[in-house]
Amino acid sequence: MADLSVSIHKLQLKNPVTTASGTYGYGEEFVEFMDVNRLAAIFVKGITLEHREGNPYPRMAETASGMLNSVGLQNRGVDYFIQHIYPRVRNFDTHIIPNVNGSTIEDYVTVTRKLNEVKGIEAIELNISCPNVKAGGMAFGINRKSAMEATRAVRDVYDKTLIVKLSPNVTDIADMARAVVDAGADAISLVNTFLGMAINAETRRPILGTITGGLSGPAIKPIALRMVWDVFKAVKVPVIGMGGIMNAADAIEFILAGSTAIQVGTANFIDPAASVKILQGVKEYMARQGVSSVKELIGGMIVK
Amino acid sequence: MKKVEDFRVLGHKWLNYSSYIIELEAPEPLSPVQPGNFAEIEISNSPHVFLRRPFSIFDANPLTNTLSFYVKVIGEGTRVLGKARKGDKVNIIYPLGNAFSIPEKKNILVVAGGSGIAPFILYGKAMQKQGKQVTFLLGARKAEDIVLTEMFRPYGEVLITTEDGLLGEKGMVTQHSIFIGKDSPFEHIVTCGPEPMMKAVAGIARKKKVSCEVSLENTMACGFGACLCCIVETVDGNKCVCTEGPVFNINQLTWQT
Repeated sequence: MADLSVSIHKLQLKNPVTTASGTYGYGEEFVEFMDVNRLAAIFVKGITLEHREGNPYPRMAETASGMLNSVGLQNRGVDYFIQHIYPRVRNFDTHIIPNVNGSTIEDYVTVTRKLNEVKGIEAIELNISCPNVKAGGMAFGINRKSAMEATRAVRDVYDKTLIVKLSPNVTDIADMARAVVDAGADAISLVNTFLGMAINAETRRPILGTITGGLSGPAIKPIALRMVWDVFKAVKVPVIGMGGIMNAADAIEFILAGSTAIQVGTANFIDPAASVKILQGVKEYMARQGVSSVKELIGGMIVK
Repeated sequence: MKKVEDFRVLGHKWLNYSSYIIELEAPEPLSPVQPGNFAEIEISNSPHVFLRRPFSIFDANPLTNTLSFYVKVIGEGTRVLGKARKGDKVNIIYPLGNAFSIPEKKNILVVAGGSGIAPFILYGKAMQKQGKQVTFLLGARKAEDIVLTEMFRPYGEVLITTEDGLLGEKGMVTQHSIFIGKDSPFEHIVTCGPEPMMKAVAGIARKKKVSCEVSLENTMACGFGACLCCIVETVDGNKCVCTEGPVFNINQLTWQT
């Protein structure tokens, strides 16, 4: 039996397959379609301090091999999550990892402090890369100084595994990765969505209510893969890779490029059981290739 | 119980130049389907279609384990689905969404515009079983877009409006003579169609003080509450059309009428 387990800092994962924030709800939405307990972790929908209604409709535009979204962190706030949602999903045999957002550094810190007290939550993903909010979000993640400030402030109040999710909308992703690791990140996840837009030529209007939104799906995969590779070479902490992973081969590519674990995102919308099929495919790949531990594959791209 | 299954195409029945009924057979006994439920259909034969497409379930037959969908060709997905061959596998997630309520009152008016007819065969069947009296008011721009009237007749009277005036009364559904007069013979209205039409119907329902449910359409990435893309503004904040709809009572919506 091949060893699928990996570690993200102190967080022990039973396998490298997790689901991406904003694409998998809180896991409950998928129980009729798959065994969520087979996942190593669920990165749940982005959480803010306050209840947010998100952005106006329309929030989605299909594009070539992908989609744009402008949901804008619709959620009921951290207190509601802790009191009402987490108790419903805590008994899943998988890690529940909150994705933490804020308009200000104080917001990030307050949300993190509250989550730090929750028994059973062993990691958070600090989202300094949401492209769909007016204040905060990506604004922190595209500037080296503010990315470090946000990471450091959260690090100071968080004892467990701190994963920082990077925006791909930067010139030098490796530099951003080094900056947040210097500021205390235990791991890096990437990529969040690419800023994009879509126009209806007939009506001459933008398709999204917010004009611009975040692009995901196979359309971004080659760029995401390159960014994972860049970051893997630049930092010593584990990397969690994502960006258009639709099948096991995609997942293996991200692992070979340097991902210790991967997140399945947009694929969940098309096939709600995509993540477990990917896990199964990773196992089959390992058997076929004679790989006894998935750790052997991390960053294992053969260069010459 | 929601399922993801490979259905087998049994065939298409083209109704006019741009719409068809596609019938598909399930690999195992059908999950129970309620009127108003929808399905997410994967369009696997086109590189240009990335996401599934949501369609109202037009008919469901538990004896033959078949579902059928009324489809109007509006883009690549609906065009490709129209070309599926008999025996082709089509992956379907169903049943999704909520259902129309069973009203306490007896006299129900269905107002359907264009492809908004899709949910109302199942509805007509269900209401007939409940002993309700249903009238179908079907509207379209052109007479040739009025289809399937014979399928509705077993479940109630069929009234028609067309904007070209070649079939039924000339004008829009909301201009039909049944709405003239102060008192409404109808005690409950359900509607599906273009949003301006549904808003106008909701306005009539309010004015005549009868309850009204609308089945909304929306752009969806998933169809089962994960993406939060298909929201509609309600008096209780944004709701997902896919899980908390597609059927809403007009009192839940923030439509100004």
